[in-house]
Amino acid sequence: MNAAVASKGIVAPATTAVAAAPPATSGTAVVADETTRETTALDILHGSILYLEGITVSFDGFRALNDLDLYIERGELRCIIGPNGAGKSTMMDVVTGKTRPDAGKAFFDRSTDLLTMSEPEIAMSGIGRKFQKPTVFEQLPVLVNLELAMKADKGVWATLFARLSGEQRDRIDQVLHTIGLLECRDQRAGSLSHGQKQWLEIGMLLMQEPQLMLVDEPVAGMTHQETEKTAELLVSLAGERSVVVVEHDMEFVRSIARRVTVLHEGHVLTEGDMDTVQNDPRVIEVYLGA
Amino acid sequence: MRRVILTRADLAVLGVLGLLVVAVPVLNLLVPADGALHMSTFAVTLLGKYLCYAMLALAVDLVWGYCGILSLGHGAFFALGGYAMGMYLMRQIGDRGVYGNPLLPDFMVFLNWKELPWYWWGFSHFPFALVMVVAVPGLLALVFGWFAFRSRVTGVYLSIITQALTYALLLAFFRNEMGFGGNNGLTDYKELLGFNLQADGTRVALFVTTALLLALAYVGCRAVVTSRFGRIVVAIRDAEDRTRFLGYRVENFKLWIFVASAIVAGVAGALYVPQIGIINPGEFAPLTSIELVIWVAIGGRSTLYGALAGSALVNYAKTQFTSFMPEAWLFILGAMFVLGTLFLPYGIVGIGRREAK
Repeated sequence: MNAAVASKGIVAPATTAVAAAPPATSGTAVVADETTRETTALDILHGSILYLEGITVSFDGFRALNDLDLYIERGELRCIIGPNGAGKSTMMDVVTGKTRPDAGKAFFDRSTDLLTMSEPEIAMSGIGRKFQKPTVFEQLPVLVNLELAMKADKGVWATLFARLSGEQRDRIDQVLHTIGLLECRDQRAGSLSHGQKQWLEIGMLLMQEPQLMLVDEPVAGMTHQETEKTAELLVSLAGERSVVVVEHDMEFVRSIARRVTVLHEGHVLTEGDMDTVQNDPRVIEVYLGA
Repeated sequence: MRRVILTRADLAVLGVLGLLVVAVPVLNLLVPADGALHMSTFAVTLLGKYLCYAMLALAVDLVWGYCGILSLGHGAFFALGGYAMGMYLMRQIGDRGVYGNPLLPDFMVFLNWKELPWYWWGFSHFPFALVMVVAVPGLLALVFGWFAFRSRVTGVYLSIITQALTYALLLAFFRNEMGFGGNNGLTDYKELLGFNLQADGTRVALFVTTALLLALAYVGCRAVVTSRFGRIVVAIRDAEDRTRFLGYRVENFKLWIFVASAIVAGVAGALYVPQIGIINPGEFAPLTSIELVIWVAIGGRSTLYGALAGSALVNYAKTQFTSFMPEAWLFILGAMFVLGTLFLPYGIVGIGRREAK
């Protein structure tokens, strides 16, 4: 079944009013061809926002990703776990355009071919990424960090003359409130605590109004209390948009995840709810054995 | 259009420049030559030279201080702006050269050239020369930057190729066959727009023009760095990948700030040449470009006014030291740089500033 046809029948959920229109793509009828497997049609009917199939990435002969298939649904909160070197960060690199795979397909929002786009294009089309190490602009105030992340015309000329409108200020305040940094708005981001920087980065993701958020180890180095707050935050964000979290902290994953994907040696080992996954003998072996 | 908000330091900079614009003409032209307050024309020219260097430092701070692009070749843009102006001044000499050739500058007659090379065409017109002052450094920066930033050359590698760029130009301009006066450069100018360059009035007018253009460049740079564009540039300096994942085309931002900076440097060079009276390939020397990075480092990066303060201080020191112990100057410069880096991480304008790392 042709996926492009299938997608016509689906009404795009109202994630954000502005982002509802499909972003400009290379123009070709990307999606699946005749050889596409059955799962494609199935997942598109389910409305997957991210569709990775057969992704392979090698670094000097080492296969960081090995024929990886991964489907993320609209509004879903998905946790991805796996031992070091399982390919979690490489997977994010592929989705955000930092790394080009040797083989495979990667589509976003049904029709956007991620493999033909540059990093800024991917970011503008609605995929936001939070890095493992909190990366905020330390020398700039919290407010400006959010302003720069804001969905807007990001060309050289436009930014030279850009001013914040009242509406945009409200939007920033709203996000500051969500991430609990309203009091710190004029502080330099570098003066925030580690946990606050993590939240600021999540706030920057929100300002981008992405349909898909990729969050790499959001609670690394956080106190117990901060971890709890982050869990609440991430849970509240899913639904309106899709959130993919890569995390090592099992307790944290248990507290937020409905669906967990286990990666191992660049491949999906298993997928399911937390209990199923934790009791899977293969998962136990990967984590504890050998 | 956004309004530029000037801080107290900015107003102080503009105040000093305004004072110079008023005081220097009065002290040089109105106070009698034997008066105690008389300012010699030599001093006016020296001050004018400092202001040209200050403008060059401003250009370096724009790319290095704000965008983190450590250009060790900014002297090249300064020199190219200077050569464009020098070529105009050469054409103004007319038949008053040593050889009295109405068509060719002296050095071409000396080389036995019969006609003016095509790239000298148009330089007898002042507006054309002005366009070239901006266009030549700007285009070089555009082409160089387009390749460098698109290929994501950063850090030390970029610094090294900027050094190579200025060194290559140094070697090229040394060659007589290039048609820019070779080793001797362009000199022996007579007039600018019909005004005698040796006259006090012309010198003062050049000084005032320099001060006003420096003020304009300063306010322009301030407008750029306080715009959202300016904040993005700082973001690129501190976390380039992060900025890219926010959806910004990092290479474009780097490219345009680099071009803007090159143009400011070119204008500084064009103001320098009529006041100093010569431009030669020495301005392309890699050491010159390194020296101006030291001005900015000592003055204080990413403040703009720090660059001005640093260039003024180091150049004043240079004038003093090279007159009574010239062989020691490079050691003193080196010592200033080392001590400045160790004890004044924010430069002389950062003294007293306390900031958590």
